[in-house]
Amino acid sequence: MTPLASYLLVAALLFSIGLAGALTRRNAILVLIGIELMLNAANLNLIAFWRFGPHPEALTGMMFAIFSIAVAAAEAAVGLGLVIQIHRHAKTTDLDAMNRMKG
Amino acid sequence: MSGMFFLISALAVGGGLAAVLLKNTVHCALALTLAFAGLALLFLQLDAQYAGFAQMLVYIGAVAILVVFAILLTRGSETPKDGVYSRNWFAGLVIAAAVFAMLGWAVLQSTSVLPHETAEPVVTVQQIGIALMGRYVLPLEIVALLLTAATIGAVIVAMHEKEGAK
Repeated sequence: MTPLASYLLVAALLFSIGLAGALTRRNAILVLIGIELMLNAANLNLIAFWRFGPHPEALTGMMFAIFSIAVAAAEAAVGLGLVIQIHRHAKTTDLDAMNRMKG
Repeated sequence: MSGMFFLISALAVGGGLAAVLLKNTVHCALALTLAFAGLALLFLQLDAQYAGFAQMLVYIGAVAILVVFAILLTRGSETPKDGVYSRNWFAGLVIAAAVFAMLGWAVLQSTSVLPHETAEPVVTVQQIGIALMGRYVLPLEIVALLLTAATIGAVIVAMHEKEGAK
């Protein structure tokens, strides 16, 4: 097995763990944690392809990963702000309890 | 393939598993920090020093702290009586397992065509800075705008509603 394949497998495992967390947990914050794990797994793929692909000096994969980190930070800030506001409004972060679109 | 790689990926995967499986939400956030640290070490292992340290600063320094603050503000550390998993957890587990099987199959099928450059890329921070200010200056500006908008948006969304505003 090539090094790239093993990095891709680790990233796939992390992505699936994040997906399982996002789909199975009740708490909205834990769902966000799962999404963060998925984004990180994608970043690992980008960096691994940059490292083992041709022309690493073009920095394409690296730049993609850096911008992806910045976008993920913005996503985390807005997502957690929304969770806090929903908690203030509905007094819960349990996603199973939030079954109405009407406030 | 070194033992170091297995050690670091075990750290990342173990941290991720703990973040998803633990009952106490605060423990989940701490395990998430562990997973982020493992990923940053994997980046360093891949000779991507800049991305590795950016990962440490942004994720361990900012996102993990933000998650802990959100947990404390929403009192999410209290374990609910009716379990921490949602009603249809089994379907979620099956979907995640299917996605992993699919991804793993795709990777293992394509090992022969995956690129494999052994030469260690020599990339200095200066080169990254020149690329950010030259070829990637437009995405950089857009990300700056996005981060500003996200910061203002997060503050406005999480702001207290005034009494009688409704």
